[in-house]
Amino acid sequence: MERFLVFVRKEFLHIFRDFRTLIILFLLPGALILLFGFVVSTDLKNATVSFLDLSNDEMTQKIADKICSSGFFRKGDNIRDFSEIDQALRANKVKAVVVFEKDFSRNIISKGKANVHIITDGSEPNMATMTTNYISAIITDFNNELAGSSAKGILLVQPEVRMFYNPALKSQHMFVPGVITLIMILVCALMTSITITREKELGTMEALLVSPLKPVQIILGKILPYFILSFIDVIIILLLSWLVFDLPVKGSLALLLAESMLYILMSLSIGILISTVSSTMQQAIFISLVGMMLPTVLLSGFIYPIENMPKIYDWISAVLPPRYFIVIVKNVMIKGTGFAYVWKETLILVFFTLLAIGISMRKFRIRLQ
Amino acid sequence: MIPDKKVISVRNLVKKFGSFVANDNLSFEVCEGEIFGFLGANGAGKTTAIRILSGLSSPTSGEVIVAGFDAHKQPEQIKKNIGYMCQKFSLYEDLTVKENIMLYGGIYGIRKQVIRERTQSLLERLNFAEYGDRLIAALPLGLKQKLAFSVAVLHEPKIVFLDEPTGGVDPITRRQFWEMIYETASRGITVFVTTHYMDEAEYCDRISIMNEGKIVALDTPAGLKKQYNVDSVEEVFIRITRPGKN
Repeated sequence: MERFLVFVRKEFLHIFRDFRTLIILFLLPGALILLFGFVVSTDLKNATVSFLDLSNDEMTQKIADKICSSGFFRKGDNIRDFSEIDQALRANKVKAVVVFEKDFSRNIISKGKANVHIITDGSEPNMATMTTNYISAIITDFNNELAGSSAKGILLVQPEVRMFYNPALKSQHMFVPGVITLIMILVCALMTSITITREKELGTMEALLVSPLKPVQIILGKILPYFILSFIDVIIILLLSWLVFDLPVKGSLALLLAESMLYILMSLSIGILISTVSSTMQQAIFISLVGMMLPTVLLSGFIYPIENMPKIYDWISAVLPPRYFIVIVKNVMIKGTGFAYVWKETLILVFFTLLAIGISMRKFRIRLQ
Repeated sequence: MIPDKKVISVRNLVKKFGSFVANDNLSFEVCEGEIFGFLGANGAGKTTAIRILSGLSSPTSGEVIVAGFDAHKQPEQIKKNIGYMCQKFSLYEDLTVKENIMLYGGIYGIRKQVIRERTQSLLERLNFAEYGDRLIAALPLGLKQKLAFSVAVLHEPKIVFLDEPTGGVDPITRRQFWEMIYETASRGITVFVTTHYMDEAEYCDRISIMNEGKIVALDTPAGLKKQYNVDSVEEVFIRITRPGKN
């Protein structure tokens, strides 16, 4: 035990002496949370909209005001001619242009109908869809008001939508679980595989293996510091999302922390597995980033919903453990559900952990002969 | 050197990897306090033999007793009683001199107080006192090598294995290094050393030369020179490993 503690102490010294490791451990989680929360936010906020108002009457003014006062849009420079629309979009000055036809109010009153044109920048499909939807919704709302005030007694089917669990549709709800998942893979898998392969590369691994330390003690000594530090990371992320984004843990905090520990353990065993198959740090970094990080970002449901993917990606993502952890975090943190709803995912994570440990033990023994 | 006390005794050691025979029927003995040179071209099977002797790998067959323990059954006991320094440098660059000593001392189960005392005397002996709190990375290679050797024998093992310990070191440091080896052997620690420098082989009490998995010569340097009727160990080595060319 004494030997083991001496070894663990050395690992902590390695970590605290290497500023790159420190940055990844302590700065990156906070930075990523803030980055995804504020900058990469997919919510519509203050998008610039310009108007080409060929009618310029009371009603078009009203609609324009309604759009711009919604909080989603900001009014850009007015456009006077059709030819300017293309220019404004090309110059990236506006995200959308709304065109009111000539004699707008008069048409509504006489024909009971008038046309509005919404022109968006299709080179940003997500943004374009969102802008169109939002503007259409605002105009529909205006329609209803109009219909109500004219009191024609038309009964319209009016759907009332409520988003459960995330009523304000904050995109942070989406990113916080994703970032926890990503950071853990990064810190645990990448860092442990680097620290073990570094010893191989330097030749110190030989010195450790001929010492009375048992291989199990060496591996445990390597991962224990990272286990503790990544757990601290989880707590930092949860605190940040609570304090900055007002996103508390709805379900049981103890359950969430326990699941995080399981996930950390699994990531660590993947890190060990990576280090047993790679002989240099370069290799370990490559496998961790391309083999673990990239699929986590793209296929785990972190950014793109799995339901929308072609079947083949769905299958690939089924063997990616982060996918299951994201489900767990979302359930416990945002929906506030208990263990009964996540036991399947938990079991899958346990399975992956055991699998990774099993394979690395086999590999390790073959190497030792 | 005490000729009667054997610290390593190997009889008919065979190590196979699949159908490849890395060590083919090795038999030799090493005495307490002896400096035993283990020579051979690259790929001759030296590293495999050292891994077996140091408990890292187990023999396919044959009897291997190191420091009184059986390599088949008691590799853990062997590990506690040997020191090891490999060709790659084995100290941690991002730790200080004292931290490295503390670490290896601790791994070998030496009490803290004892480590401190030994560190003190070690640093004084090497004229190292002012380097104690420096990072290893800041030391010149020669000093690192000497320090690595001192750390490898910090726990007073019965045998220390040195795998090409003087690779890439200048001649003066190599000389000083061999003085340390002599001093260590005089304390009764057996030194088992591999090297590619033939002048270093001359310093050994006895040398063995391996070729294609077999030990083909084993005697004192003087005895070998006499047997092959040449002036240096280098010539002996060339005669043995490339018989056709001479």
